[in-house]
Amino acid sequence: MRSQDFGVIKDISKQFSREESLEVFRKMALIRFFELQVKQAFDDKLIKVPIYLSVGQEAVAAALSVAYPNPHIFGQHRCHDLYLAYGGDPAGLADELLHLPSGCAKGMGGSASIQFHADTTRMYGHDGLMGTQVPISVGYALGTGTRCLAVAGDAASEEDYVISALGYAAHKKAPVLFVGMDNNLSILTEVKVRRNWKMADLAKAFGMSVVEIADDPWTIMHHVYELSKNLPAYLNVHVVRHLWHNGTGTDGPPEWDRYALVKSELGQLGLMNDAEKIENEAKQSAEKLWQARRKVQQGSGVLL
Amino acid sequence: MTSAETIKEITREHLLEGNGVALGQCLTAVGWVGGTVPELTENDGLVELSMADVAGGGIAVGFALAGRRPIYIVRYQGFQWFNAPFVTNYAAKSKDMWGIPCPIFVRSIAMDGAIGPVASGSHHSIFTRMPGIAVCAPMTPGEYQKAWDYFMAHDDPMYCSEHRRSFAVDYEMEDVIHEKADITLFPISSTRLNAIEAAKKLKEERIICNIVHLFWLKPFVVEDRIRKALASSNNKGIVLDGDFENGAMKQIAYDIMHKTGARVDVLGLEERAAGFAPHLDNLPPTPERICKKVKEMIHFT
Repeated sequence: MRSQDFGVIKDISKQFSREESLEVFRKMALIRFFELQVKQAFDDKLIKVPIYLSVGQEAVAAALSVAYPNPHIFGQHRCHDLYLAYGGDPAGLADELLHLPSGCAKGMGGSASIQFHADTTRMYGHDGLMGTQVPISVGYALGTGTRCLAVAGDAASEEDYVISALGYAAHKKAPVLFVGMDNNLSILTEVKVRRNWKMADLAKAFGMSVVEIADDPWTIMHHVYELSKNLPAYLNVHVVRHLWHNGTGTDGPPEWDRYALVKSELGQLGLMNDAEKIENEAKQSAEKLWQARRKVQQGSGVLL
Repeated sequence: MTSAETIKEITREHLLEGNGVALGQCLTAVGWVGGTVPELTENDGLVELSMADVAGGGIAVGFALAGRRPIYIVRYQGFQWFNAPFVTNYAAKSKDMWGIPCPIFVRSIAMDGAIGPVASGSHHSIFTRMPGIAVCAPMTPGEYQKAWDYFMAHDDPMYCSEHRRSFAVDYEMEDVIHEKADITLFPISSTRLNAIEAAKKLKEERIICNIVHLFWLKPFVVEDRIRKALASSNNKGIVLDGDFENGAMKQIAYDIMHKTGARVDVLGLEERAAGFAPHLDNLPPTPERICKKVKEMIHFT
């Protein structure tokens, strides 16, 4: 069942405009190259807090930010992707990871408890207890009537309070899009070892609209446009985390690399030149941002 | 006006005039939580939660983050072992972590007797040990109002440790400080009623007790009235509470001893689980237990 093509709608990319497709890729590239710089900074021991990188799963946050704009966001510990895709300041996140008071949580949040508060979109910090963002998002959505986005991994989703909150959200019609980032792993323990049921089935039993697919961004956008018309709804997305749960190591080649697949698809759409331009800009921007911070850390520069 | 009526009116005004909400389980059941909940509807802001205690705490915290200043009603304090995590780990830390206030007023109701291992009186010690949350234990109408006014004037979460015995109280309890006493009692929550009884019994035996009622548990300030009472009672005191002794009681006794140099002991629940049968129950210190403890203390040199 788990594969790069699971639930992916053939030729769906052709239904989207050039601008939408390139915007998704722009955000994927932003996340990918920012995260690779974080990896390097961690390996170089500039970063001294645990880090939870989004490399490999960029497509989900990127697609959501286009198809589900301006929600109030309740993410989990692995949330650099959401932060960046939805418009959080990359410099604020970099500073946060470097423990600086100019960080998005003034150095308190590290990698796992980050936030940003813009006029139309707010991302609330996570407290480190897995899955707490889900009940909090439900209360927040009911309390404000604001459209919310709650993201939890396949492991956090097993928390009893997550399941109870989903049931309550369905009963009270809380305007929340729940997204399961299903990488099939709790650190290294596979889903099949931990349970014999699926989150999608559970959400469906609660009466929500449910979709389960692989992380093709066009398929995600197609479904999210529909799901968001009737909230709450549940989207379970199969993703691949390329690097360790915590840190920068790998356990071998990834099952698939959605970033490369998307870039290839853009080539099929005749957008390769645009994609490469976007990629180069994202790479240079990330390098510049982190290079400036490296100099400061080494005592030979100032942040502008 | 009783304490119960005071709580009910505070809640009614908060919901109907303050865009507030009150959440909890079985709020609209028979009795409306001991007559403390106004007979309103979900449209008015009285929100029935499911019976999922942990998730319920999270949903209430979500309302707090949304700025609705929820009153989160937990009908038995023993249930806090499930309800507390979101309040202590999210709401109480939100301002420190992210600069985002998350004010929630937790009404946590204790009762005593025949409720077995889970309940056993108050459980405010779970909360007093955590940063970022104020804790109080009102027993009178005036104290409830004071707790609420404090909550509305600040943006921190508040844990309001209630006791069912307070609901019928329609008077205020003043400190009793004699010019010369044998000991000072520092009772908390329902033990305040027992301490008053104990002091009467002891007076018949010519043992004079000061009584300093403790309403604020955290932040706890060693006020002048505490110093004055201890100074007039041979620098001896006992903190009384309906929680287990290895908690708020000892924190408070430590603070008082540290600031005054007095000898302050504690008396709370016994260090054992409570059974259902009356002879196996584990109740807050009765007047008899308090009298016995006082006699031990004043004869200790």
